[in-house]
Amino acid sequence: MSSKNVQVLINAFFVVVCFLIAVPFLLVIAISVSSEESLYEYGYQFIPKEWSLEAYRIVFEKPDPLIKGYGVTILITVVGTAVSLFMTALMAYPISRRDFRYNRPVTFYVFFTMLFNGGLIPFYILMTQYLHLKNSLAALIIPAVMNPFNIMIMKGFLDKISMEIIESAKIDGAREFRIFFRIILPLSTPVLATLGLFIAFGYWNEWFNALLFIDNDKYIPLQLLLVRILSQAEFLANSPMAEVSDKLRFAQFPTLTVRMAMAIVASGPMLLVFPFFQKYFVKGITVGSLKG
Amino acid sequence: MAEAKPAAPRAVPKAAPVRGRRSVSQWIRNEFRLFRKNKELVILSLPGILFKFVIAYLPMVGLILAFKNFRYDQGLFGSAWVGFRNFEFLFKAQDAFRIIRNTLLYNFTYIITGTLVALLFALLLNELTGKLMKIYQTTMFLPFFLSMVLVGYIGNAFLDFENGYLNEVLGYFGLEPHNWYLETKPWLFILPLVALWKGVGFSTLVYYAGITGISSDYYEAAKLDGANRVQMMLRITLPLLKPLIIILFILGLGNIFRGDFGLHYFIPNNVGPNFPTTDIIDTYVYRALTKLGDVNSGAAVGFLQSVVGLVTVVTANYIVRKVDRDSALF
Repeated sequence: MSSKNVQVLINAFFVVVCFLIAVPFLLVIAISVSSEESLYEYGYQFIPKEWSLEAYRIVFEKPDPLIKGYGVTILITVVGTAVSLFMTALMAYPISRRDFRYNRPVTFYVFFTMLFNGGLIPFYILMTQYLHLKNSLAALIIPAVMNPFNIMIMKGFLDKISMEIIESAKIDGAREFRIFFRIILPLSTPVLATLGLFIAFGYWNEWFNALLFIDNDKYIPLQLLLVRILSQAEFLANSPMAEVSDKLRFAQFPTLTVRMAMAIVASGPMLLVFPFFQKYFVKGITVGSLKG
Repeated sequence: MAEAKPAAPRAVPKAAPVRGRRSVSQWIRNEFRLFRKNKELVILSLPGILFKFVIAYLPMVGLILAFKNFRYDQGLFGSAWVGFRNFEFLFKAQDAFRIIRNTLLYNFTYIITGTLVALLFALLLNELTGKLMKIYQTTMFLPFFLSMVLVGYIGNAFLDFENGYLNEVLGYFGLEPHNWYLETKPWLFILPLVALWKGVGFSTLVYYAGITGISSDYYEAAKLDGANRVQMMLRITLPLLKPLIIILFILGLGNIFRGDFGLHYFIPNNVGPNFPTTDIIDTYVYRALTKLGDVNSGAAVGFLQSVVGLVTVVTANYIVRKVDRDSALF
């Protein structure tokens, strides 16, 4: 086979793969722009039998939970990313220095947590009984602040910064703090940008800690809002009340289309933004996955 | 891919020199001097160390819960010791066998399918150039950025009994609809498929990044020797990727006792009837904590998860070290 044919074949292969990967998104979007009645009649369709933006009208008519959710999510994303980045860099710098005497024990101390941890229940008890962080924004931020994996990526990047820069700064009389803030941090902007994106996406999609630690209405991030809507709908569908709720369907809040519209309004912006940042992700993975 | 050996750091002598008679006080003095020399870096690492201590190391103390009858009013240390009683259910209830089996088999499936498919995709991507390749990458990467909650919504669009797309397709072919959430068998295929869909883009990128990191010298030399692309793939790319594959494999094995909570909680929708094939350690422990009010058996399983997880990763790493020293994780 000529190499031209091979190219065509591989391209065809990926077109099919990408189509299969994208299809589920299309279905959700299609549901959200269908009319409720047509869904009950024909089921979910990739091409709506009856177009309708009613669901979005309902979502935007009472946007309070959504706005609140966005508020909480944006707040934890911004604060969490800033704190995480700083702590990650601060931890990675000393262990990237080969002349740091306690390099090995500290490295071990940090990465050991990747291999071993106390598990969910002790963590939950620590957070709620000892740190008293239930129902607080801190409970959504703190658990993800120092991810060893991010530290590893950061260290991998810092390892490549030449010792001579640091040495010469030292000769000029700079102390480590100054070197860190004035030389290391500015030099690491590329890796900080990449990690920042990873971390920000992590916080944006954060639901696990919310599920564990948040049960009042004040601090519900977007993802938890989505969890609640889904489980509410499931509850109705699976309960003995199902018959009744069937009749109430149209009046009930989480109707099929509204649910999907909610999901799209909650996560759409991030998915639209994402492709623009993709090249940084790729760069970050390149930095992190290869040790040399 | 060994690290370039660092230009010998003009640092600090490693061990205390002479261990003579006066060595203890000398050693202390020496250590102290070295500590002062490293003081600033120690201070820089201190916030992180303290943070890790509270968030990661303190919960390890909580592992003793596995041997206690925990009561919130008595606290971690006040609760009574009960020996191995919490572990008894492991041998009695079939729950325990079920969740451990599910966790292991699912994770193993995810590791194998994920690695193979991502490797294949990465190798094929490497044969392409230009704009199209970027588009493929982006599309495959997209699901990675969805939260599992949202994937649950998508799953629901396909699996819903009345309106789900899958049942429509079945109906189209004149087949009976399935009540997917109340069945057990289908999940053996649905869950790995969803895991693959969500994760393959990321793993592909990791391997692809690994491939692009290979020096072009190898390929040029091979070309001079008349090698074709398939030969280069099998003789150059794959062998040079081996360390990366092995490292990711060990990481996966080490985490084989840690299930993907989101995947197993939101996709099967936390519905009792499908627990036989969907419930894993993580979902079980979560329910023990929040729903069943039985923290003790959760703590026992959690203890096993942590300890056995550590043993698996250390063992896997040990084996890798024996086989190929450079590929070992630590």
